[in-house]
This record gives sequence, C-alpha cells and structure tokens, in this order.
Amino acid sequence: MTQIDIDDLHFEYSKDALILKDISISLKGAQLISIIGPNGVGKSTLIHCIDRILSPTKGTVLVDDQNVTEYRPKDLAKKIGYVPYTSGDSFPMTVVDTVLMGRNPHHKWKSLHEDMIVVEEAMRMMDVSDLAMRQFNELSAGQHQRVMLARGIAQEPEILLLDEPTANLDIRHQMDVIRLLKDLSVKKDIMVIMISHDLNLASKYSDNIIMMSKGSIYAVGTPEEVINEDNIRHVYDVESEIIIRDDRPFMIPKDPEFVSRGENKEFSVSIP
Amino acid sequence: MGDDPYGLEKLEEQYNRYTSRKILLIIALVAIIIILIGVSLMFNGRGLGFVEAMSYFFNHIIGTTYIVGSDEWVNDYAIWTVYTPRVFMAIIVGAGLASCGVVMQALLNNPLADPYTTGLSDGACFGAVAAIVMGFTLSGISGSLGIVTNAFFGGLIPAIVIIMLSRVINMSPAVTILVGVALSYLFSGMETLIMVSTDADTLKNAFLWQIGTFTNTDWSEIPIPLILVALSSAIMLLMSRKLNLLSLGDDSASSLGLDVDNFRTILMIIVAISVAGMISFSGIIGFVGLVAPHVVRMAIGGDNRYLIPASMAAGAAFLLVADLLSRVVVYPDELRVGLIASIIGAPVFLYMILKKKRYGEGY
Repeated sequence: MTQIDIDDLHFEYSKDALILKDISISLKGAQLISIIGPNGVGKSTLIHCIDRILSPTKGTVLVDDQNVTEYRPKDLAKKIGYVPYTSGDSFPMTVVDTVLMGRNPHHKWKSLHEDMIVVEEAMRMMDVSDLAMRQFNELSAGQHQRVMLARGIAQEPEILLLDEPTANLDIRHQMDVIRLLKDLSVKKDIMVIMISHDLNLASKYSDNIIMMSKGSIYAVGTPEEVINEDNIRHVYDVESEIIIRDDRPFMIPKDPEFVSRGENKEFSVSIP
Repeated sequence: MGDDPYGLEKLEEQYNRYTSRKILLIIALVAIIIILIGVSLMFNGRGLGFVEAMSYFFNHIIGTTYIVGSDEWVNDYAIWTVYTPRVFMAIIVGAGLASCGVVMQALLNNPLADPYTTGLSDGACFGAVAAIVMGFTLSGISGSLGIVTNAFFGGLIPAIVIIMLSRVINMSPAVTILVGVALSYLFSGMETLIMVSTDADTLKNAFLWQIGTFTNTDWSEIPIPLILVALSSAIMLLMSRKLNLLSLGDDSASSLGLDVDNFRTILMIIVAISVAGMISFSGIIGFVGLVAPHVVRMAIGGDNRYLIPASMAAGAAFLLVADLLSRVVVYPDELRVGLIASIIGAPVFLYMILKKKRYGEGY
C-alpha cells in the first residue's frame, strides 16, 4: 500500500519568505485527496517538495519508507507523477507524442506498441482521442489540461500529484475529470492528490481534504470534518453557510455587501 | 476495434504514417545534398559537367586510379583534392551547426537559441583568434590542434556562464538569450582588442578568418571537425527522446524521470566541443543553427528524434548552397560563405519570425 510520510517539512526561498512550516502528515492507500486553501499558502510548494522538484529547507518526505532524495530519477517517476497547472510555451509536438512522454520512466527498447496501448487508453479516458495528431501547442487551455492529465495517467504512477487539474475546464469536463480521478484511485489503486479551489467539487469527490493556511496544515480529515463555517471563516476570511447535498458538505458563500440590483437602473438585452 | 475512428489500430496507423512522412523528408534532404554536391563540383575549373564531376567523385571513392599526369588524373585531382574537401567541410559544418542549434533550442526551450545567439561562437572565435594572433594556447599545443583547444575553452566559457546562471537564478528563456548576446559582445570586444594591437597583415588574416569560409580547405582539415560533429551528433540523437521531455518545462521533465540540471550541463558541454571543432576550422557562420531547425520544424514538428537528423541535412544543404553562391556570384573571385549565409539567413529568419504563428507565440 502506497504511503507518504511528511515529517516537519519547512521550505523557504529566502529567510524572509517562509513558504511552508511544520508540515507533518501521513497519507496512506489509494484515495483521492484534495489540498485546499487560499492563494499563496504553499499548496503547490508542498506537492513540489513531495515530487522532489523543490528541496525542503528542513524535514523529510518519505515515499514507501524511502526518502524521495534517495530515489533514482526514473524510479521516483515510476512512483510519483506530476501534472502542472500550465505547461507554458512549447515546440510543436503532436498530442500523441506529448502523452507518449509519460512512458519515459518505463521506456524499454522497442516498446512502442505496448506504450501505445497505454497511451490510447489514457487519451480515451481524458476524451482527447480525436486530438491525437493535432499539435499540442495549438490546443485550447482546457484541451491542454486534458492532454497533460492523459500524460500523467500514461505514466502509470502509484501517486499522482495534480496542480489545479480542473482550472481551465468547462463544467462537463470538470465533472468528467474529477469523477475519472476518483475512479483511477479506486480501480488502479492510485493515490491522487490534487490542488483545488473548488471546495464543493473537492468536498463531493474527495476521500480526504487537507486545508492549508499560511504555510501550514490548518485542518485535515474527511470533507465532513474539514468543510465547515468556522474553518472557512478562519482560512478564507469568508462567511459561509454549509448545507448537506449528496451526503457531503456543500458551501454557499455569504456576501453581506452584495446588492442584487441597483435602484433606478434599467437595462435589457435582446436579439433583434 | 477496427471500426473505432479513434481506436488503437487507427492511432497506430496515423502515427506510423506521420513517422513515415518525417523519414521521407530526411531521405529527400539527403538526396538534395547529393545533387548539391554534384552542382558544387561542376564549378571545377576543368569544364567538367554534373555527370562527369560526379563520376570522378564516385570513382575516386571506389578506388579508381589514373595514370599520373593524364587528363583524367588532373580531373580527378581537381575534383577530389581541390573541391571535394570544401564540399565535405560545408556538409560537416552545416550539419553540425544545425544539430547544435536544435539541441540548444531544446535545452533552453527557446527557438532563438543557437551557438551564435548564446555567445558560444564568439567565445570559441575569441579563443581561436587569441591563438592565431598572439600564439597563446591554453593547452600549450601549437598549430591547428592548439587553435581547436583554444576555441573549445573559449566556447566553454559562455556555456558554463549560461548553465551556472540557469541553475542559480532560474533564468527565463528570454533572459538566457540576452545573457548570450551580452557575452557575444564581450568576446567580440576582446577579439577587437587583440586584433588592433597587431600588425596590418595579421589583422587582415584574423579579421577575414572570423568571417567563415571553406576556401582552400584540404583533406588534412576534415578529420577533427568530422569526428567531433559525428560523435556529438550521435550522442544528441541518442539523447533526443530525453530532449523532448524538456519541451513541457523543467518541472514536467523532472517528474518524468530526467535529471534536468545534469542533462543540460552535459549536453551544453557537448555542444561547446562540437562548436569549437567547427569554428576553429571554418570561422563564424551564423544563422544555420537558427534557420535550418526552424524550417524543418515547420515541416515535421518538434520531435527531436527526427528534427535533429532532418535539421542536420537541411543545415548541410543550406551551407552547400551558400558555399556555391559564394563561388559563383563574383566568379572568378570568391565571397566568404559566412557572409552569404548571413545575407540569405537573416531575411529568411526575419520572414519566418514575422509570419510564424503556429508555434512559439509566447516567445
């Protein structure tokens, strides 16, 4: 069973910029975990430390009882996959070649057919099969994101780290993707850890939620344990009302200053 | 499965067709190179046409010998000993600069990176000029090997500066090029400083040497650049799949199992060695490392497994044309191939930058 043990993790870019402090947590088994919290609390930094993209200033990250710093790069890539929020500019590469990159940690001499089987399945899961021969850098932001997720799935890691995987997606694809991530965790025995700003989506599908505030973990547990008015007020500085929908907490933000329509304002829209 | 428009079978069929197209382009470019060799050898001062020149060329390769002093012997001498070395040098340098261009662009994830824009060419040139003008070699070896080693150390300096700065301050691709341009100016200034302190003849020689040329290339000059370009290109080809990983950024490449910093350092050193080997024999030739990969990338995309060999062939063809023009434009005099390469390359490159919207829009 896959296990991540983070002990007393600190990270700082400089002495004045402490990003993470006192992070200690143990995550075990195939499940969907959401990391939530306001902008700039260190969510991305935390997953970068787990995947060794950043080196912690202090503390350790163990994956299956071995420090991530001790893994050979390819061995770590077989354990942990990471899909960033954006991929930036890139040279023209077809979608299928981009997804094929996910096979790099498993690369064997003349393995194209076996790789293609995995790649085709990953593309189908992410609904990008019709884009296979298109150039990756010509796609929309949402299509980009789904291709990058397909690449992460093609990597077949035991732990999949995702930085805002639904940020650029329309509602249907948001639901498809998150349902699929949930399925992945169950059917393929993967621990999926995703950063999300959509508390209700995180609440509905996550097995556990990590709520971060000011570089530390503020609350951790099931959605019922984490998503409540007090936590949201403390972490986001937002008043809210929590109702139960589909057996999960559902957050409705309250804005006391909200004015639905101004006085004496007439406006209309019509199709001539 | 066969009926599924997006099934595995269909995907493999489409992918294989796409791959075949890329291989076909490489074969076509090699065929163009062979034709260009023949056209280039037509200007032989012996009045031999395309077919005759090529038959002397191939006959020499298969070991045909002629009676010393006979017309055939003189023709063979003109084709093989006088003109073939410069044709070979054009191919080696064109292919080498193009492969270095592709690799630098992939390493820095920047389509404007090449040995020239990152200061490697000027660094190598400075090392070589120091050897030619001052007789100073870092290796203590005199002669052409001393020039090569000096060029290597000179080319290594900007490579190391760029690698170190990338590691320490995490430079963006745009800043990397600006650093390269600054280093180019620095080395160029130091070259000028060395040259103004010498006598007029040496100054002229050093100045002309800087503008790349293949004039008077003989067989003795071929082995070093050939070996360096062949070895470096072979390594680059072996690493091409890993180079592809960098196209989605360092974080993605790292999460896919690539030791990004070490990989970048090793390949930059290989590029510096290859560039030094070429520059010290041909002088500076710009734009090949930019134009060849850009043109090829438009045709077959950015997969380095195919982009490297296709760009090498395109670079070789480009320099064969430039060398040919340098010989025929003011015939019987000659222009410098570096000059022709810039005169053709700069407007082509400008046109591509202005027209191109399909990739690299953010750069």
